[in-house]
Amino acid sequence: MTAPLLEVQQVSVRFGALTALSEVSLTVESGKILAIIGPNGAGKTTLLNVISGFYHPTAGRILFEGRDRTHLSPPDVAELGVARTFQNVALFKGMSVLDNIMTGRLLKMNGSFLLEALYWGPARRQELAHRAVVERIIDFLEIQAIRKTPAGRLPYGLQKRVELARALAAEPRLLLLDEPMAGMNVEEKEDMCRFILDVNAEFGTSITLIEHDMSVVMDISDRVVVLDYGRKIADGLPEHVRKDRAVLDAYLGVSHD
Amino acid sequence: MRVESAHDTFPKLIAANAQRLSRKIAIREKDLGIWQSFTWQQYFDEARLIALGLASLGFTRGDKTAIVGDNRPQLYWAVAATQMLGGIPVPLYQDSIEKELAFIVDHAEARFAIVEDQEQVDKLLRVKPQCPRLQYVVFDDARGLRDYREPCLLSLADLQERGRRFAAEHPNHVENEMARGGADDIAIICYTSGTTGAPKGTMLSHRNLILAAGNAVEREGLREDEEVLAYLPMAWVGDHIFSYAQSIVTGFTVNCPESGATVLSDLREIAPTYFFAPPRIWESILTSVMIRIEDAAWIKRRLVHACFALAQDMERRRLTGQPVPWWRRALYPLGAAFVYGPLKDNLGMRRIRRAYTAGEAIGPEIFVFFRSLGINVKQLYGMTESSALVAIHQDGDVRLDTVGTPLPGVEVRISEEGEILYRSPGVFQGYYKNPEATRQTLADGWVHSGDAGFLDADGHLKIIDRAKDVSRLADATMFAPKYLENKLKFSPYVKEAVCVGQGRPYVTALVNIDFVAVGNWAERRNIPYTSYADLAQRAEVYQLVQGEVARVNRSLAEDERLRGTQIRRFLILHKELDPDDEEITRTRKIRRGYIAQKYAVLIDALYGSGDHVEVDARVTYEDGRTGSVRANLQIMEVDAVPAPAAR
Repeated sequence: MTAPLLEVQQVSVRFGALTALSEVSLTVESGKILAIIGPNGAGKTTLLNVISGFYHPTAGRILFEGRDRTHLSPPDVAELGVARTFQNVALFKGMSVLDNIMTGRLLKMNGSFLLEALYWGPARRQELAHRAVVERIIDFLEIQAIRKTPAGRLPYGLQKRVELARALAAEPRLLLLDEPMAGMNVEEKEDMCRFILDVNAEFGTSITLIEHDMSVVMDISDRVVVLDYGRKIADGLPEHVRKDRAVLDAYLGVSHD
Repeated sequence: MRVESAHDTFPKLIAANAQRLSRKIAIREKDLGIWQSFTWQQYFDEARLIALGLASLGFTRGDKTAIVGDNRPQLYWAVAATQMLGGIPVPLYQDSIEKELAFIVDHAEARFAIVEDQEQVDKLLRVKPQCPRLQYVVFDDARGLRDYREPCLLSLADLQERGRRFAAEHPNHVENEMARGGADDIAIICYTSGTTGAPKGTMLSHRNLILAAGNAVEREGLREDEEVLAYLPMAWVGDHIFSYAQSIVTGFTVNCPESGATVLSDLREIAPTYFFAPPRIWESILTSVMIRIEDAAWIKRRLVHACFALAQDMERRRLTGQPVPWWRRALYPLGAAFVYGPLKDNLGMRRIRRAYTAGEAIGPEIFVFFRSLGINVKQLYGMTESSALVAIHQDGDVRLDTVGTPLPGVEVRISEEGEILYRSPGVFQGYYKNPEATRQTLADGWVHSGDAGFLDADGHLKIIDRAKDVSRLADATMFAPKYLENKLKFSPYVKEAVCVGQGRPYVTALVNIDFVAVGNWAERRNIPYTSYADLAQRAEVYQLVQGEVARVNRSLAEDERLRGTQIRRFLILHKELDPDDEEITRTRKIRRGYIAQKYAVLIDALYGSGDHVEVDARVTYEDGRTGSVRANLQIMEVDAVPAPAAR
């Protein structure tokens, strides 16, 4: 059997006396959508930051395709094919949507500064190839109309979509989405769900997302991991997690029946 | 003009174009940020492959193909492919809800459907059980359809691949079928979204469309090098004439925008020479211009408004035949250099040789605005039953209050009741499977248009209103609601209005604000709001609209016949009138009967004495679900303006 795309093994993260994560293990299967849920402060974003290399675990290991990647830096993790979006939108506000998405191609670009400045020869061919990839993503996410709009001027829901576009531009194998639907209205959420499912179906991208909207989580994920106070309290199919007593008590509130 | 037998159907004309203009661009589509071009040779080849694919699935003469989607080259090819096989394309509005779609697909007995993407596939799969004849659904964009396993589904690419294989065994199939076609075959069935009752399928023959298109080409001097933007629904006969029939008859280039949201920027990139827009598009372009001007520095604002005033005054004088003072003529080039030229360039209207407005009466102020910039906007009058074309303003003979003179080959007369009747080579072949309606509309060769109007001394046709909408107030004053509504709608803040008054003591209005324009206005004044319904009920917004109503009343007061129809009370609706709620048609015509019934409570309140009214309205979401909105609407009075003192 081939190794899963990503394995988090017994990872703990401590900031001084505070234990943000405590011996958390999870597996991301290739081509699947995994949701991480839990109350505020449960350690969800910390877990994402550990996976993407922003933090390094105090204990435990992270394996990418069976190989130990525990201490890689964010650029190296990105090089492996991991891209992410942020809980608070982190776009270049003054730059156009197109340019923002082009920055997602940065890792794939190599060329001399001089040739690029002159926009000549291989640099030009490379730029056109990257632009073609980006245009396909723009088409995919249906943001043609805002191609040239400065990102900062867009409504929040569209900024989230542009962030997703930028992450996709890196052609990731694993996409980490930190609350992709936070602050959206119902219609925007439905759109975002459709895009996430389409990305998964069309490109086969594995997706790990943090989300608070339970109906979204139950609808789109193949598997759900529940964190509470830095510990994993459940891990399984959405319909099982939904009925899990520990989860109901900790996260969904104690049921009244 | 006559139809030659060698070129008596659209497929034959396309084949001729592929010979004569093989390397000329027939159609472009903006895809992946680039305008992708297809020559007439490619147009023919692609359509032929689709036809072969359809034939491989057992398509026979007389079969119907439902076509649903945005304007895409592939869908125009699907129209041509269907016609090549002697079938009949039935284009549908892409935003139709399932109920409408099911009715038309079933009524037209379509066996095939060729659609754009997943959205349309989903709708068709859901209505398929109600449409027993529907056998195959072909889609162009495969996105999101990977896991669909329905045996009736196939992609356009697969269909064309089947066509290639079919051609190996039947190399001349399409050519043979094309040769069997003739001018009197039905070329298309356009379902009209009537303001009353179920849609009717208007059958137009190749002869109808070729002659109607050809006569207009001749009169208007259209050339092979025209560029048009195909952005209006394919189901609408106007698009079929401009983006299909006329393009094929003359060989000019059709451009398909990237998406519905990019039309205005695509318009600028293409800068068409020949442009068509219904009044609502002209209105929304004007609104967006005005909003941007209001955001400019005061000095620019003053300059722009001064230039507009100058140009509009000149244009008004020209249209009414008054002399233009020399000093105004001397100033115009300055305005052109600083304002009109750059503005036209920005709007993508710099190269327009002729532009039309039709479908509805256009507010005279809007018409004058665009003409004053030097854009040759003209009115066009027509309807589906006449292959879209009855009358057009002739260059150099444009009037403010008419729709122009009848086109070559069109005879117009007015019935004793004041209804416009016409007869022309473009007159339709009847409504599909509806002889009763055909008899009513098409009596002894004359089409009963349903419009009230008259021909003036110079042969110009004037439209007053829909014949059935013209009525009288309680004191017998003539009341033409659409005339008042158009005046209201010239305000950038008013998107839609419904005037009521038949058999009543005075006129009242239900108003829809323009969310973008009023929202922008409110933001500039720091007026907070959360939603459309909230914004609509702000006291400040009511005052804003009151000012607009008062403006309309002032202009009505100047006209002796209309003075009695000033708007005395109005309210702002809590929701936008929406075709999904059946309040307006897909072409945005008001369905008065339905509104009178649905908003009876509001209308009663307008004729009561209270200053507010409670309403509980049903709304239909895009996916067909319904919900309700409760609101408390204010009612505001407006003073009547007395007749201006005699000079």
